[in-house]
Amino acid sequence: MRSQIEGSQAVAAAVALCRPEVISAYPISPQTHIVEALSDLVRRGELEPCEYLMVESEFGAMSAAIGASAVGARAYTATASQGILYMAEALYNASGLGLPIVMTVANRAIGSPINIWNDHSDAMSQRDSGWIQLYAASNQEAVDLHVQAFRLAEEVSLPVMVCMDGFVLTHAFEPVDLPTQEQVDAFLPRFEPRQVLDPAAPVTIGAMVGPEAFAEVKVLMHVKQMQALDVIGEISGEFAQAFGRGSGGLVRQYRSADAETIVVALGSVLGTIQDAVDELRDEGVSVGAVGITCFRPWPLAEVRAALGHARRVVVLEKAFAVGLGGIVAQNVRLALEGLPARVHDVVGGLGGRPITRASVRRLLGDVLEDRLDPGALTFLDLDWGLVQRELERPSGPHAENILRDLAAGPR
Amino acid sequence: MPRQKIKLYQVGSFAVGNRLLDPDDRTVQARSERSNTLTSGHRACQGCGEALGARYVLDAAMRATGDQVIVANATGCLEVFSTPYPESSWQLPWIHSLFGNAPAVATGIAAALKAKGRTDVRVVGQGGDGGTLDIGFACLSGMFERNDDVLYVCYDNEAYMNTGVQRSSATPPAARTANTKPVGFEPGNVFGQGKNAPLIALAHEIPYVATATVADLHDLEQKVERAMELHGARYLHVLVPCPLGWGAAACDTIRLARLAVETGLFPVFEAEHGEVTAVSTIRRQAPVEEYLRPQRRFAHLFGVPGRPDVVERIQAGADRNIRRFGLLAEEEE
Repeated sequence: MRSQIEGSQAVAAAVALCRPEVISAYPISPQTHIVEALSDLVRRGELEPCEYLMVESEFGAMSAAIGASAVGARAYTATASQGILYMAEALYNASGLGLPIVMTVANRAIGSPINIWNDHSDAMSQRDSGWIQLYAASNQEAVDLHVQAFRLAEEVSLPVMVCMDGFVLTHAFEPVDLPTQEQVDAFLPRFEPRQVLDPAAPVTIGAMVGPEAFAEVKVLMHVKQMQALDVIGEISGEFAQAFGRGSGGLVRQYRSADAETIVVALGSVLGTIQDAVDELRDEGVSVGAVGITCFRPWPLAEVRAALGHARRVVVLEKAFAVGLGGIVAQNVRLALEGLPARVHDVVGGLGGRPITRASVRRLLGDVLEDRLDPGALTFLDLDWGLVQRELERPSGPHAENILRDLAAGPR
Repeated sequence: MPRQKIKLYQVGSFAVGNRLLDPDDRTVQARSERSNTLTSGHRACQGCGEALGARYVLDAAMRATGDQVIVANATGCLEVFSTPYPESSWQLPWIHSLFGNAPAVATGIAAALKAKGRTDVRVVGQGGDGGTLDIGFACLSGMFERNDDVLYVCYDNEAYMNTGVQRSSATPPAARTANTKPVGFEPGNVFGQGKNAPLIALAHEIPYVATATVADLHDLEQKVERAMELHGARYLHVLVPCPLGWGAAACDTIRLARLAVETGLFPVFEAEHGEVTAVSTIRRQAPVEEYLRPQRRFAHLFGVPGRPDVVERIQAGADRNIRRFGLLAEEEE
C-alpha cells in the first residue's frame, strides 16, 4: 500500500512484517522513532509473538539479540553513532558466532565533537566487524532492504546492518509502498536454524579457540561474506519479481554505462547526485552515477564492471579514515587496479553538512576542468580558513574555538 | 537457617554430612541420575572452588527443572577451563558470548523462549566476580530492574584469577593481588573500596537474592532449588575459594569457605523481594586470623613485624557483619 509516511515509521512497519520474535532497543537519536513505533505495535498486540526489551545500553541490546538468536528467535535492534561504538564488541561476537541478527543503523556522526546529524562515520567504523552492510538510497529502499536483510542473514548465517541516513531518511516523509503481510510471508520463510540452544540437544556455543583453528574459523566468515555476493543478487532478483520493483542488489548504475565521469556514493545523497547528473547530461556532459548498495561484502567485480570504462571516478563519501583519506575510495581503487581511471577522494556531508546539487555541480566542474589533484584528499565545502586559524593557536578547546571564530565572521 | 532436622554436627556451622540425612534430603551429587552438567575432563586447577560450585548449582538447577536449563556464561576461568575447542565439559545447552554481557545474553535467551512459548525451559546466567560486579554490572542491574526471568549466579573468588590475579571490586581489604601488592604504605588492597553485590541486588527488590559458599553444598543446592521455584530476576552469590589466587592449599578450599562464614566475613543469607528472610547462623565465631593465616595473599599481615592493626580492622569488619545480619546463633538451652 502506498502511503505518505515517515521513514522511521515505514521501516518499523517493514520490520514488523518480518515477524521478529525479540526486539531489543536502547534509545539514540536518530534511531528513536523506529523503536518507538515497534514498541507501540508490540504493546497493542499487533506484533505477536514478540518480546520487546528496553535494555540498559546498546551493548546490552546487541547482547540480548545474541542470546535470542542463539535460541533460534528472529532478533532485531536498531542503533546509530555512539551506540554502534558502544556495541562494537558484541557486533564482532554476533558475526563470529554466525547469528543472523538484523540491525538498522540510522547513520549519524561520531564525536567528539558530539553531533547528532548524519554522516557515515558510525557504520564505516564497523566495516570490518563481519556484518553485511547494505545502504539505502531512499525510504522505499530502506523498507525493501529490511525485508531482504532478514532473508539474507538467515540464508548465509551472518548478521546484516541496514544503513539509512539519519534524519535525511529516518525523519523524512515521502511516499512509500509498504508490502502486505501475505507478500512478506511468501518471500521470507520462517527462521529454521540448524543449531540452537535447546535442552533436547545440548550444544556448546562460543568455545575458546587457540592458534590451531582460529584462522580457519575467521576465514569461514570471509568465505560466507563472499558467498553472500551471489545470494544478495539472487534475493534482489526474487524481490523484484515478487514485489514488482527493483531494490537492493550490489551496485546501482545511473546513466553511467557510457559516462566518462562517474560519481560513486552510498545512501541518500545519490538522489542529489542523480539530479546533478541529469542537469549535466542536459548540458551535454558525459557523467553518470554508481550507488554502492552493498558495501560489505565489497562487490569488487561489479564495481570494476560498472566503473572500468570511466576516465574519471569521483568517490563522494560521508566518512573518512583519519590519517589516510577516503574509505570507499580505497575500496574503489582496489576494484580499478590496473585500469586507467583517475580516482578522486572527496569527503563531504560530515556531521550533517548538506551536500547540495550546487555543491555536487561545483565539484564536478572542478573535476572536469582538472582543477582537482587526483592524488589529494578533497573536502567538499570545507572552510579551510577556520581550520587554519585553529592550527595557528598553540592549544585550546578546538570545537569551542572554531565555533567562536565562525560566529565572529571572516578575519 | 538449618533446614535439616538433624542435630548431629561436628563443625562450627550447622552443615551436616550427607550420610546423616534421609535419602530424600541427600545432595543431587549422591544420586545416580545426577546430570553431570560440568562433566569430568575439564581443566580447572586442583581444589577449584568455582568448578565445584558450578557443578552443584547447575546439577541442582537441572534436577529442579527436569533438565530444562540453558546457560549463558561470561568470559573467565569457568569458560576457559571448560571449553578448550573442540572439547566441552558442558552437558547442557551453553553459550559464551563476552566478558561483560552474560546477564544480557541470558535476558535475550529468556525473551526468545517466552516468544516461542517454551516456558518450561529456564535460563541461568553465570560468571566470576569480575564479570559480574565490574564489567558486567550494568547488564546485571538492567536484567534485575526489568525482572527478566533469569537466575544469575556469581562465583566469587575475589579477584580476576583468569588474567593472573588482579584486584576486582570483590577483592577484600589488605589482600595481595598482582596489582595490589604488599608494597608501599598501605600493603595489599586498600580499605574502604569495593562493593557488596548481594546487597545491591537486594536493593533492586528482585524476587530472590541469596549468598552461599562451597562449604555448605546442601545449603547451596537448596537455594538453587528455591530460586528455580520462583520466576523473575534472581541472584545467587557463591563464595568459591581459589587456591591459586589466594595462595592456599588445594585441600583447604572447603575449610576456607567455611571459615569465611564462621568468622563473619562472608554473611550467608536469603532474601525475597528486598526483605532478608533467613540468615545462616554461626555456632561459634572464629577469629579472622584463623581464616587469614592459611592464605598467602594475607601473609604480609603476619610476618615480622606483621600488621596486627590491619588484622584488627578486618576483625572489626567481621564483627560488624555479625551484628548487622544477626549471624551468631542464640545458645540453646
